[in-house]
Amino acid sequence: MSAIGSLGGAGGRTKTAPDRPEKRRLTPYWLLVPGMAWLLIFFVVPMVFLGSQSLQTGSFEDGTKLTWNFSIYWETLRGYWPHYARSIGFAALATIAALLIGYPLAYMIAHKSGRWKNILLVLVIAPFFTSFLIRTLAWKTILSSGGPVVWFFQQTHLTDLLQWLHLTDKDTLLATPFAVIAGLTYNFLPFMVLPLYASLDRLDHRLLEAAGDLYSRPFTAFRRVTLPLSMPGVVAGTLLTFIPAAGDYINSVLLGNTRSTMIGQVIDGQFLRVLDYPQAATMSFILLIIILAIVMTYVRRSGTEELV
Amino acid sequence: MPTPTSEGQGDLCLTNVTKRFGDFTAVDDLSLTIPQGSFFALLGASGCGKTTTLRMVAGLERPTAGTISIGEEDITEAKPYARPVNTVFQNYALFPHMTVLDNVAFGLKRRKVADATKTAKEGLELVELGHLAGRKPAQLSGGQQQRVALARALVNHPAVLLLDEPLGALDLKLRRQMQLELKKIQEEVGLTFVHVTHDQEEAMTMADTIAVMNAGVIEQLGHPTELYERPASTFVANFLGQSNLLAGEISDRVGGDLVVQVGGHKLALPGDRSTRQDGKVWLGVRPEKLRIGLAGGADGAGRNHLDGVVLDASFTGVSTQYLVRLAWGQAITVVAQNDGSALLRDGDQVQVSWVPQHGFALDAAQDAFAGAQRVGDDDTPVPALGGAR
Amino acid sequence: MSVSTRSPAAPTRMRTTGRSQRGPLAWLRRNIIVVLGTLAFIYLLLPNLIVVIFSFNNPTGRFNYSWSAFSLDAWLHPCGAPGMCSALGLSLKIGVTATILATILGTLAAFALTRHRFRGRALINLLIFMPMATPEVVMGSSLLTLFIGLRFPLGAWTIIIAHVMFCVSFVIVTVKARVAGLDPNLEEAAADLYSNERQTFLRVTLPLVAPGIAAGALLAFSLSFDDYIITNFNAGSDVTFPMYIWGAAQRGTPVQINVIGTIMFLVALIAVAVGQVIGARRRRSAA
Repeated sequence: MSAIGSLGGAGGRTKTAPDRPEKRRLTPYWLLVPGMAWLLIFFVVPMVFLGSQSLQTGSFEDGTKLTWNFSIYWETLRGYWPHYARSIGFAALATIAALLIGYPLAYMIAHKSGRWKNILLVLVIAPFFTSFLIRTLAWKTILSSGGPVVWFFQQTHLTDLLQWLHLTDKDTLLATPFAVIAGLTYNFLPFMVLPLYASLDRLDHRLLEAAGDLYSRPFTAFRRVTLPLSMPGVVAGTLLTFIPAAGDYINSVLLGNTRSTMIGQVIDGQFLRVLDYPQAATMSFILLIIILAIVMTYVRRSGTEELV
Repeated sequence: MPTPTSEGQGDLCLTNVTKRFGDFTAVDDLSLTIPQGSFFALLGASGCGKTTTLRMVAGLERPTAGTISIGEEDITEAKPYARPVNTVFQNYALFPHMTVLDNVAFGLKRRKVADATKTAKEGLELVELGHLAGRKPAQLSGGQQQRVALARALVNHPAVLLLDEPLGALDLKLRRQMQLELKKIQEEVGLTFVHVTHDQEEAMTMADTIAVMNAGVIEQLGHPTELYERPASTFVANFLGQSNLLAGEISDRVGGDLVVQVGGHKLALPGDRSTRQDGKVWLGVRPEKLRIGLAGGADGAGRNHLDGVVLDASFTGVSTQYLVRLAWGQAITVVAQNDGSALLRDGDQVQVSWVPQHGFALDAAQDAFAGAQRVGDDDTPVPALGGAR
Repeated sequence: MSVSTRSPAAPTRMRTTGRSQRGPLAWLRRNIIVVLGTLAFIYLLLPNLIVVIFSFNNPTGRFNYSWSAFSLDAWLHPCGAPGMCSALGLSLKIGVTATILATILGTLAAFALTRHRFRGRALINLLIFMPMATPEVVMGSSLLTLFIGLRFPLGAWTIIIAHVMFCVSFVIVTVKARVAGLDPNLEEAAADLYSNERQTFLRVTLPLVAPGIAAGALLAFSLSFDDYIITNFNAGSDVTFPMYIWGAAQRGTPVQINVIGTIMFLVALIAVAVGQVIGARRRRSAA
């Protein structure tokens, strides 16, 4: 054996040293406590208040009491189901439209923009630089009767199609369900595009070349390779579009009419004008339950666990 | 905080060190002394515990049990920044937001060394990168980044310098060049280098002493030639180079030599080259120690002989590697120098022979495949062991 | 917008098929992605263009929805619309306060979540995810019931509380991504090079995570500054800028709204452009 270096404990174990105790660290808890406490107090606790408020009876003037009045849920659903249905329907249509518009856009930025990529990405978030409400008001100008958009829709008979679909009821576009859906799509499109871009950008272009090499036509390659690999982006994008769209009422108030009222608008009115808190809280709670049910089902179906 | 200097720090000592992660024991009751000023290599496959050992010395992992000391000083519980040890990380871990010079001066500045910048510049000169001091790490090539990482650790003159697969990310040619350079630098600065690697050639090129690690324990420790010529276990025999292992039984003793029965042949082996003196053994011989020739050819007396058939011959330029099937079906590897003699062809009846002093014998209870790389593990050849038992 | 139409040199990169290569239809097929993407950009950016153009309008009625005549009036008197600039000031104050609070809380939590393993992790992730999966109207109304139940006076502070609540999750997600992407070896290298925990954090961790924190703070500010629904529930008698616009949409929209919208757009655009140029120059000078 060489003189240098020596191997202790060779040929039979010497006594084994005792284990030293593991240290417990408290730091992570202290870092986490402030933020989580804020969410607990101002998100979770209010939900409990909301739930309890919905089960109370009484009026704003006389005060309310918890009476476990569950029947209010059925009454509310019976009375307001068209608003819920409309909210979910409009949000779903806007989500599909945003997906159809956003996918080519995200694909173009990820794979066809070359050195313009950063500029195009800035352009996607550029709308945010101007207030949501100001931009929504701009759609009033764009869709106004006598404007070029309405003229184009009339010339191509798209107005007839929309009328047939019950999305408009006259030869106009403003103050129709169509305008509301177009506004929702527009407002939440960046929320669709950014996650789609993130997952498409990671897609290795060579995979498509490999698919082509293995006898796939471009469309087959898209369906078999691109689309499955971008599913996380699709799931994240649709959720980020659908959830805020379903609760939104800015578009339905500014761009719609009395027959396109969404549930958010009703809740707002009940809370801030009618002051019927139990009724308003019930409506709010039902909306939360519906959205959560849809989101849970969707997430489970799509098999994507990583959302955050 | 102790002032880290290389002077008078003494040997690095690990005593009964164990590291467990949950139920998994990464390092199992390891004891080891690394003398001051040596170039020591910890060699092993990934997951053998070598990196964990290194991280415990650096202070980045806390041993579950046991102590680590440098000279007289116990550093087991010392924080990483309070021990005279520096590390060259596998991915270099250069700070991307600082210039090359700031990276090298980082440790000196934290220790409030006077003339930190000047010393850092000298450190960069040592690795011949003085002209790149103002760049950011991202603008350097892999080899340059490697040198910066080395300079960043070296300028602190630690008692022990740890190198965690420092050449793993470099291409083959650059790796060879850096191996020689590292060896030269180590001789110049005279620090203790502890080098972790899975590359046996790299370990043998650079280190004075190699410890072969497997499953959390050291299989064998010694000078590279000693490990290669006298492996103490099948793991070392297969992991360090290639070995042909023949199943045999010691039947007799003639003078200082053992007689080993292998497939009906009597083969000689010096007694001091066997780990046991009776019973079943693996008789090992390295492929390049074997001489191969057509059957019936005259060959020197005093050699061990076996007959076989060439299964495959692959010409690699410097040498030819033959796969030879022996009478009982086992295939062994023979590496023949390309010294101008005629190439043998598949199907040729051949005789292989070797000098008894080139053989070694290991306990047959050990796994003949231990430490061997299978097909698909790597691009290295499969061990010549087909149908061994 | 012109930038996107002439952007990519796509045709050369497209795979050619065995079919006809000529005619407008073939061209459309080859460039379908770019054509659709460009149309999407027009859809996305047209309203911003309208906002800018109509800031120079001199509308005949109370509403600024149709073009009548060019005027610089609104630009010369940006605070000419009564109440608008005080609403803007309140929004800025709330935005800055909420951003600072949410960024601090979110950054601390993001570090804890990426760096340490502990019990109840799944529950904490759910707690962080929920505010992002809950419609604003539900969050706004539930907070209102809390404040009413506790008889907490509504005003700027209740708005700030609400904004921090819905911003903090976004900050956590943004910072978490950056911290998770940080090579743990860098902090180990700092410790190995004689930095104690505080020095390591200040000299290595913080500078490397800073872009993530800045992105989280910007996101929080834009969410806070732009929020209408939650704010409207919890504002009491205070009026923020979005609430002012909402009111204006019912009563009459002053042109000054478009002026403010245009200024915001330009300031943000210039800030981004400057950031890009500095980034590019740093990369070039270093090379």
